[in-house]
Amino acid sequence: MDLEAAKVIGAGLAAIGVGAAAAGVGIVFGSFLQGALRNPAAADGQQGRLFIGFAAAELLGLMAFAVAMIILYAI
Amino acid sequence: MAVETKIDPMHQFQISPIVGNLDGSAFVFTNSALWMIVVLACITGFMLMGMKRQLVPGRWQMAAEGMVGFVNSMVEGSIGPKGRAYLPWVFTSFIFILFANFLGAMPFAVVGAHPFTVTSQFTVTGVMSIISFAIVLGVGFWKHGLHFFSLFVPKDTPFILKLLIAPIEFISFLVRPFSLGLRPFIAMFAGHILLDVFGNFVVQGLNAGGGGYAISILCFFFVAFINALELLVGAIQAYVFALLTSLYINDAVNLH
Repeated sequence: MDLEAAKVIGAGLAAIGVGAAAAGVGIVFGSFLQGALRNPAAADGQQGRLFIGFAAAELLGLMAFAVAMIILYAI
Repeated sequence: MAVETKIDPMHQFQISPIVGNLDGSAFVFTNSALWMIVVLACITGFMLMGMKRQLVPGRWQMAAEGMVGFVNSMVEGSIGPKGRAYLPWVFTSFIFILFANFLGAMPFAVVGAHPFTVTSQFTVTGVMSIISFAIVLGVGFWKHGLHFFSLFVPKDTPFILKLLIAPIEFISFLVRPFSLGLRPFIAMFAGHILLDVFGNFVVQGLNAGGGGYAISILCFFFVAFINALELLVGAIQAYVFALLTSLYINDAVNLH
């Protein structure tokens, strides 16, 4: 296998992580909605925590994307 | 047969000099610097229009006051009453990232200008996160002295667990400036690459003809959708940067 083909395969494998982060972000917002619908009065106070969880889950997906981009363009 | 064009999504992030050249000029004015000045001009205009202090506030004043009040309530909510002192930096980083993200997503190419998203360069967001981290370190050591290191040791934990947790906390503390700067950078970077790739699909579909037209129309609506998503992500990233900055400062001010 030459380097060019290996690079593309590696970038594709790295992109799997983005899908996993999508599941993570979905879990964050889904759990927030579950809690918020049970106690809507307390929901607004927890929005900061919601976005912290969202940011943490999203960052890992973005890292997978960064790895894919590094493989494709920087190596 | 259609002309094969190579998609080059990285071209839009290229720093190109407007005055001088990158090889050896003493003074180089790049497109990045130009768009930073544009962002600064927009922020200045926005705030000056909103700071007329009318008795009956107009729309601009409502917008500016709403934005300051939003960041203020966020800072005071996470740091407490002492948080007012850190409002200037949190608000500055928030509004700079917000305006840079929005201006980069505007379709200025229609009138021939080449918009450049300032926050799509890690140097810019990285320096902003280093400033945030420096504020955390400075405030922490200024207020608590060497007692600041107790941030890494959780209270009321068995001694064995403390030995285990302290290094982990220390590493996660050191990673903070990196992850803080990486987040707005990659969000803009990824979004603009997506826009570029699908924008190219529109043109290539039109070139191919036949079934290509259907793909082209589909991609056109997808580009519009991504553009809307990009605005949302730009606002969220600015919010998350400001929120995390105030949380980190809270660690330094209140030590747990």
